[in-house]
Amino acid sequence: MARIYIFKRFERFWHWAQAALIIFMLLTGFEIHGTYALFGWEKAANLHTTAAWTLIGLWLFAIFWHFTTGEWKQYIPTTRNIIAVMKYYSVGIFTDAPHPFRATQLSKHNPLQRLAYLVVKLFINPLIWVSGLLYLYYNDLTASKIAGVAGLKLGSIALVHTAAAFMMLAFLIGHLYLSTTGHTPLAHIKAMISGWEDQDEPARELTGNGAGAPAARAS
Amino acid sequence: MRTGIFMAAVLASMLLVSAAHAASDPDSAKLSKSTSDHTKFKALQQEFNSGPEVTKACLSCHTEASKQLHKTEHWKWEYRSPEGQLLGKKNVINNFCTSIRTNEAACNICHIGYGWKDDTFDFTSEVNVDCLVCHDTTGNYKKPAGLAGNVVTKAMEFPPGSGNIIKPIDLKKIAQAVGKTSRDTCGACHFYGGGGDGVKHGDMDSSLASPDQALDVHMDALGLNFACATCHMTEGHQVPGSRYAPTAQDKGDAHVRGKEYTSNPTTCQACHGQAPHKKIAKLNDHTDKVACQACHIPKFARGGVATKMSWDWSTGGKMGPDGKPLIKKDAKGHVIYTAAKGDFILGENVVPDYQWFNGKVGYTLFSDKVEKSDQPTRINHFEGSAGDGKSLIWPVKIMRGKQAFDPVNKRLAVVHTAGNDDTGYWTNFNWEKAVAVGMASIGAPFSGKVDFVTTESTWPITHMVAPAKDALRCHDCHASNGRLEKVPGIYIPGRASDHAGWLDTAGWALAALTLLGVLGHGLGRVIVSKRNK
Repeated sequence: MARIYIFKRFERFWHWAQAALIIFMLLTGFEIHGTYALFGWEKAANLHTTAAWTLIGLWLFAIFWHFTTGEWKQYIPTTRNIIAVMKYYSVGIFTDAPHPFRATQLSKHNPLQRLAYLVVKLFINPLIWVSGLLYLYYNDLTASKIAGVAGLKLGSIALVHTAAAFMMLAFLIGHLYLSTTGHTPLAHIKAMISGWEDQDEPARELTGNGAGAPAARAS
Repeated sequence: MRTGIFMAAVLASMLLVSAAHAASDPDSAKLSKSTSDHTKFKALQQEFNSGPEVTKACLSCHTEASKQLHKTEHWKWEYRSPEGQLLGKKNVINNFCTSIRTNEAACNICHIGYGWKDDTFDFTSEVNVDCLVCHDTTGNYKKPAGLAGNVVTKAMEFPPGSGNIIKPIDLKKIAQAVGKTSRDTCGACHFYGGGGDGVKHGDMDSSLASPDQALDVHMDALGLNFACATCHMTEGHQVPGSRYAPTAQDKGDAHVRGKEYTSNPTTCQACHGQAPHKKIAKLNDHTDKVACQACHIPKFARGGVATKMSWDWSTGGKMGPDGKPLIKKDAKGHVIYTAAKGDFILGENVVPDYQWFNGKVGYTLFSDKVEKSDQPTRINHFEGSAGDGKSLIWPVKIMRGKQAFDPVNKRLAVVHTAGNDDTGYWTNFNWEKAVAVGMASIGAPFSGKVDFVTTESTWPITHMVAPAKDALRCHDCHASNGRLEKVPGIYIPGRASDHAGWLDTAGWALAALTLLGVLGHGLGRVIVSKRNK
């Protein structure tokens, strides 16, 4: 059995810190929304704000890391083999078929993952981030004379922020489940903790790869 | 030896200096800030037989005082609103004792004058201005009901034949002790609005004469000890901060010396500015929508004095088993029914109502038509909305009532209540007679029929400011069924009625379907793996 070092230290820290913050913000966020009472509104709002700034800080580091290391290329979408991967999750996984994709250092994510994470990074995250900051600075916004934002209604901002939160929740549920779909239920989770992924077979050419990592195939 | 003497001299002088310093402090504390000792004024060294005689003496030095007072609402009891309504105590009707008309001798003991008993009162008379009612410092100055604001200098029986003796007051002593206005002098009338302690306002009653910090953080007798005039900064006898011309929203900065201000000095912002919350800055984000009072006066009538929340005149006139006018009291000893006035509902520690308020108040006046309907007639109402850019959410007391009106002419009734005559309702319990006299006094037609209409009036809550620790907390409003549940036009995070229902439905459906999907998928995997074993 081969072991391959997929997730670097910062990446793992970023992932788990982000996971904790997002779950915590969903928890406090829906309390602020009025769905339930847990911490008490005041505490929930304060914690949510603190967590938001922490997450923004983390994101800034992560963005820097992605660009300086070139890891951003992991998220370039590809349609190659996407059908095969979809087939695997809808059929092959039940028939013990081999996964059509093998992770490598330079191509960590299967085409579906690439797409899903890209949507999170380019759509859901910015939606939360921008609507959240508008929410936080609503007063300065309305006091400003900036065309387009000065007239924004808090209700509209909250609507977008809440919608994005629901999307994040749906992603979280799917993501949590898919983490159990490795060759053992905990395989992916272990890899995300240690950085090392067990692979029963070496990466094969036929399994396909992302467009961003041809070098991996050659090696 | 020489140095020894020198050192001793230095030491002694130091001691002397510090001793002199120490001595000056208690002296300066005792030092009167006034340059006048009124006991030394010849004009006040005489026996006074009436109020106007005192005023004449006051005017011999304070030559312009009455001219100033003649221009005030305290004197005129009349105010024309920017919307053109003629208001003021002389003209409005309320749902407490309803109107001063034909009841001047009783009601107008709270006029700052002497002798306003009917329409013949001379508003140009300088000696009829009552200086003492505001400037008394002895607490002995009294204006008994029924005497049209006149004072008693010789013991007299009143009402005549009642056996009730009114003790005289010593005007000379009172006049020689005049000083600044105080919570007591202002309170002598303003605490008792509506005919009794705390009746009308809910945020003003006799508990504010010497409040503790919990009741009023500014007037706290052992703390900041504000007088009324500390906020109602008066110049030339013009007292700012009238509820007839309220400032609902003050966007100005805190007033500093050396600058000219035309804005109302009575607002919270006039001292505290626009960003008063230093520790929790997020709270400052509320000041564009929420009046300070909304959070900082969590409840009114907190001082142990109950305020009237409802007054039903229609049940008046009942006699007890002894044939005398009936009086009912609740368990606490508060009067909740009298034959003269009907039924009351009293309240203590009352949670205010909250409304958008832009400073405009509309009134239903005698000349306005009223209809008997399910909706109460609004004796007055606060205007404002979330979107007008001039409104803040204000705490208010809503006073509910049921009061007399003429069902044929559809006018609110002027009722002659007080007075020892054949028509006063409080002595004769006859509505038709009492209303006939009342309506005649304003020249209004009267059909001879009396019915009752439900009414509502709105009173700003702005006194009894609690210490910061007792202010409302986030969850008091950021919740469903919170304090601001009924305030429209604003998105309050945490208030379910603001949510877009479709979004919550769609959002939870998305989450549920995702969950169902992955659970189904997972179940399939489990089944398949078991079958394969």
